[in-house]
Amino acid sequence: MDLIIPQINFAAIAPALTVVITASVILFLGLFLPKIQREILAIVGIVGLIVTLKELGGMWGRHITGFNGMVGNDNITLAFQLIFIIAAFLAILLALNHVEDTYVSYGDFYALLLFGLSGMMVMVQGLNLLVVFLGLELFSISLYILTGFRKMRADSIEAALKYFLLGAFSTGFLLYGIALIYGATGSFTFEGILNYVNSHGFTNVMFVAGIILFMIGLSFKAAFVPFHQWTPDVYQGAPTPVTAFMSVGAKAAAFAVLIRLFVSVAAFSTQEWTTAIWVLAFLTMTVGNVVALVQRNIKRMLAYSSIAHAGYILVAVLAGNEMGRSAILFYLLAYTFMNLGAFGVVSYLGISGKVENLKIESYRGIGYKYPFAALAMAVFMFSLAGVPPTAGFVGKFYMFSAALKAGFVWLVILSVLNSVMSAYYYLRVVVAMYMQEPEGGKVFEMPTTSWGVGLALLIAMLGVLYMGIFPSSMMALFQKTAVLISLL
Amino acid sequence: MIEFIQNHILTTITFLPIFGAIILLFVSREKEEFIRYYTLVLTTLVFLVSLPILLGFQSGTSAFQFQEKVNWIPSLGIHYHLGVDGISLLMVMLTTFLMPIVILSSWTYIQKRVKEYMIVFLMLETGMLGVFLSLDLVLFYVFWEGMLIPMYFIIGVWGGPRRIYAALKFFLYTMFGGVLMLVAIITLYFIHYHATGVYSFDLLDIQSVLLPVRSQFWLFLAFALAFAIKVPMFPFHTWLPDAHVEAPTGGSVILAGVLLKMGTYGFLRFCLTLFPNVSTEFVAFISILAIIGIIYGALVSMVQPDLKKLVAYSSVSHLGYVMLGIFALNIKGLQGGLIQMVNHGLSTGALFLVVGMIYERRHTRLIADFGGLAKQIPIFATFFMIVTLSSIGLPGLNGFVGEFLILLGAFEAHKIFAIFAATGIILGAVYMLWTYHRVNFGPLNKDENKNLKDLNLREIVVLVPIVLVIFWIGLYPNYFLKKTEKSVVDLLKNRQAKQEQVLSLEKQASSRFVLKNTFVK
Repeated sequence: MDLIIPQINFAAIAPALTVVITASVILFLGLFLPKIQREILAIVGIVGLIVTLKELGGMWGRHITGFNGMVGNDNITLAFQLIFIIAAFLAILLALNHVEDTYVSYGDFYALLLFGLSGMMVMVQGLNLLVVFLGLELFSISLYILTGFRKMRADSIEAALKYFLLGAFSTGFLLYGIALIYGATGSFTFEGILNYVNSHGFTNVMFVAGIILFMIGLSFKAAFVPFHQWTPDVYQGAPTPVTAFMSVGAKAAAFAVLIRLFVSVAAFSTQEWTTAIWVLAFLTMTVGNVVALVQRNIKRMLAYSSIAHAGYILVAVLAGNEMGRSAILFYLLAYTFMNLGAFGVVSYLGISGKVENLKIESYRGIGYKYPFAALAMAVFMFSLAGVPPTAGFVGKFYMFSAALKAGFVWLVILSVLNSVMSAYYYLRVVVAMYMQEPEGGKVFEMPTTSWGVGLALLIAMLGVLYMGIFPSSMMALFQKTAVLISLL
Repeated sequence: MIEFIQNHILTTITFLPIFGAIILLFVSREKEEFIRYYTLVLTTLVFLVSLPILLGFQSGTSAFQFQEKVNWIPSLGIHYHLGVDGISLLMVMLTTFLMPIVILSSWTYIQKRVKEYMIVFLMLETGMLGVFLSLDLVLFYVFWEGMLIPMYFIIGVWGGPRRIYAALKFFLYTMFGGVLMLVAIITLYFIHYHATGVYSFDLLDIQSVLLPVRSQFWLFLAFALAFAIKVPMFPFHTWLPDAHVEAPTGGSVILAGVLLKMGTYGFLRFCLTLFPNVSTEFVAFISILAIIGIIYGALVSMVQPDLKKLVAYSSVSHLGYVMLGIFALNIKGLQGGLIQMVNHGLSTGALFLVVGMIYERRHTRLIADFGGLAKQIPIFATFFMIVTLSSIGLPGLNGFVGEFLILLGAFEAHKIFAIFAATGIILGAVYMLWTYHRVNFGPLNKDENKNLKDLNLREIVVLVPIVLVIFWIGLYPNYFLKKTEKSVVDLLKNRQAKQEQVLSLEKQASSRFVLKNTFVK
């Protein structure tokens, strides 16, 4: 019997591997470093990310596959990985003093963050459902642990438990879906599935059920309505830098798979799928926005707002054209800056006494006491609301253009009306910061400041403005990405 | 440097204010006096730099002048394209002219957060100029919506007791109108692409496409809603009194003087030229709304106990005239509408200034708290008199020219509209003169008013330029009318031609399918 050695090409997973190695180094160092020098761990993480970015750059346009075609990198993969890395980079900066102040911290925090990142990177590389599953589990488990990182606090534990249980359910759906798809098509690879769709269509009940279950699993991760219920509690309970990271990363990863499976193939543009996604998009944005209107806790408000944003992105998924794909990437990068930035400000203003300043009312008057944080927050709020000249506006403009091009006029009208609704609750934060007197006449004292958070906010704010005023270079980059999904 | 300004004069005046605002970020907030002078000098400089536009403007052509065009987002066909023609010229000049006046009028009125106040006003100036100068639909939209941010802060931070409510209402109303316009803009873009195979948001490109009446209808509605809210036309006006009353004086002046003009400007620039057939069909509808606005605004003004609210509602009435003039769709009406846009900016702006000056002294704006002021503070009463008369359109002052032309135009178009509109003029005279009488004449019987100080030099300097222009337009309107004439004439001519082309194409095409193909060149 011949021993078949599969073609293994480590180059294909080099970036993810680098991240894993960095994480391991951090874990190891964390054991030996004295408490005071823990900033070093973050710096090691950042250096690792920079190396990873360099590797990504080297892979641009080369379409490397490996592991017998189970993983592959085309430009769209690399673009998603770029977004994840930026998110992780900002999250590490945000965590710098948060970790110190809030928890008993060891290197684990940064290491887990990077393990989560590597999971996302693997997930978007997967050309095989099992690799997708592997990546998904890797990042999910890291996020479950990170959510419960403040082990002295009940809400953090509760959030972690909730996230874990619901996450486990969704994984079950996803896995069952994969099993059914395999049963029907005899293949785990995207290629095999798409060939099957092209020749058989959606006639096989087992296959359709499998796809639906798979979709449900993804919908949990991306927090589409009605699979969004875990989001507010988890976002609220998790340490803020973690919330920031997961609000962007997990969502983007789910969208990557969605694009790979649904957008790239004409066979999926049937009336039924279109209608289903249409409804999903509409419900997701509207429910997210309506519920966000009445939130008084800023983290919960941002949680619901992030649900709404998933809805907007679905509109572009529905567009299903090249323009839509590059618009999604553009928007996700813009979203990374503005949402991480917003959570960053929340984290920056951090904790006064024993209570986190999470009520929107407690933001009253900070506009004059902490002008930089408030200015950054205002920029992020206007961007999330989609007001020019910010990245949020250009991103929405781009996505909605793609949808209009594909003829979804009514959905776009509903989406823009939704963004007017969202402006109301984003503006409430600005109102509190600049236009209202603080309760009791005193603005809270910020505990400590750290260069990491300041730097992260500055980068995010400049990113939002740069992509809002000079969007063309980023657009050109993502357009090159979206032209061709070469691996399929 | 000088050469750059000469070649890019529109870019210079548009971005000089925001550039100055960025520098101001680095100035210590303690140096309030310096910040005031700095902003005054800067806005005056912008005005001076804008003068060559007025002086060098060629009245013989309707083409856009001083154009600048570069790619901004090439992959989507979005350009940075600025230009000025007879229609935008006066608006640009009005903006740069009013800004230093507003800054000077805020000198002592604004005591808290001076630095932030000046920064948002400078941002606002960039936004306003951008709206009037943009010749690319996306660029226009960016300025249109971006300008909401500074105005929102002006009302919300420096406004009166209900400022937060007013600011939010202002923001959400305008944004609501705006987003539907955005959908229409993108739709136009794809229509243009299907017709020509070129992706472009450039106004001049998109204007060249002939739209079937059916699609004109929906697109017109989306644009018109955005502009009608901004004007504001009855019944979309409810944000205006709130915003005006709560805003600080400077904010009210800019709001009345410039921001409302963006609505009427939008109708002129976009609705009339892009949708010629449908805008003609809407003449009766819009004129009736305009007349309702004229009469309703006047009646509501009449019963206001608060001076500022009175002036605010009078804007609804005056803007009704402008709309009526524009939708008369003849040269006189359009010319009247344009000049009346400037007039309203001057007269109502000046009225808000005057009201602000008396408010600063007495901390009340109720008419009942005054009386007999003319004896105590004659200079104030004189200026008040001049702007009141200009507002009601006394011959020899600016208001007369505009109202007269509008009525002529409306009469030519539909006699009945002119007759109704004329009653508004009478009502206007009644409430303004009655108000003037109650404030300035009669016995000086309130103790608080007996020690009032008359206008100081700074306040006189604020009002004098406006009064001079009021007389200039009133006595020699031709200087301004000539600048706009050619653009107005050609606008109407092009509309006419386009309208007929669309109609004849539609006649040829029997089915929708054929129709669609006919329009694709």
